[in-house]
Amino acid sequence: MSMIDLAFIIQRPPYKSESSTLGLTHAISYQVVDMFLDEGQGVVPKVCFIGEGVLNCLSGQKAMEHYGVTSIEAHIKNALLVDLDIFVCKEDLERFSIGEDRLVDAEDMGADKKLQVVPLSQIQSIINNCKHLFVF
Amino acid sequence: MGTLTIAPFSSLVGSKSMDFALKLAKAAADKGHKVNIWLTSNGVMIVKSNQKHLKDYSHAEKYVKELLDKGVEICVCEACALARGIQKSEAIEGIKWDAMHWYLAKIYNSDRVLHIGGE
Repeated sequence: MSMIDLAFIIQRPPYKSESSTLGLTHAISYQVVDMFLDEGQGVVPKVCFIGEGVLNCLSGQKAMEHYGVTSIEAHIKNALLVDLDIFVCKEDLERFSIGEDRLVDAEDMGADKKLQVVPLSQIQSIINNCKHLFVF
Repeated sequence: MGTLTIAPFSSLVGSKSMDFALKLAKAAADKGHKVNIWLTSNGVMIVKSNQKHLKDYSHAEKYVKELLDKGVEICVCEACALARGIQKSEAIEGIKWDAMHWYLAKIYNSDRVLHIGGE
């Protein structure tokens, strides 16, 4: 009877494939996982964007306008709204010259959580400490 | 014996990843391990029944039915399937239809989880 940590590593760029969205939607589904588990059991997903995956975190996405689908930005906002911890690799943001002011924020929707820009070493620590690792 | 959960992300035709995932599942089940399969993304394509076995293409229906007979739990992401035009009425009997939290719950009770294929 316990909680287990799951690490969702998103390393694919947005909209090139379904990967980023799948990583986020699988993580968000943790909200209702208790339907299938016993009392006291649960999973704690941690979502980490690394490499080209950090491009998913840019704000101002217009996926609905151009592709007719929910944007990855909207999925990230939903994830923040349900209190998921989302980490973005600081070194990879710097590599793409992306400032933190350009990242998705769900404050307007009332989310308490924010994207957490952290060094790669912290993401490696999350990977080392999770029970299962998923790469999208 | 352990519990293995496999999530193949590739479609059946165009890659051998699905073929590999199903054979791996069979090998594990034959050794007595508990096996779960979560079908999401293009992996949902294998749930359709009445697949015609042409020699130039991989074929999943026979393997899926064998796995179900061995007690392997197979569940398809309903949203992923419906988005691809696959209806429950045309799916192989015995496959569960549910959502992603089914998969996370299986992960909770798994010793090993494998993502296979995908882009």
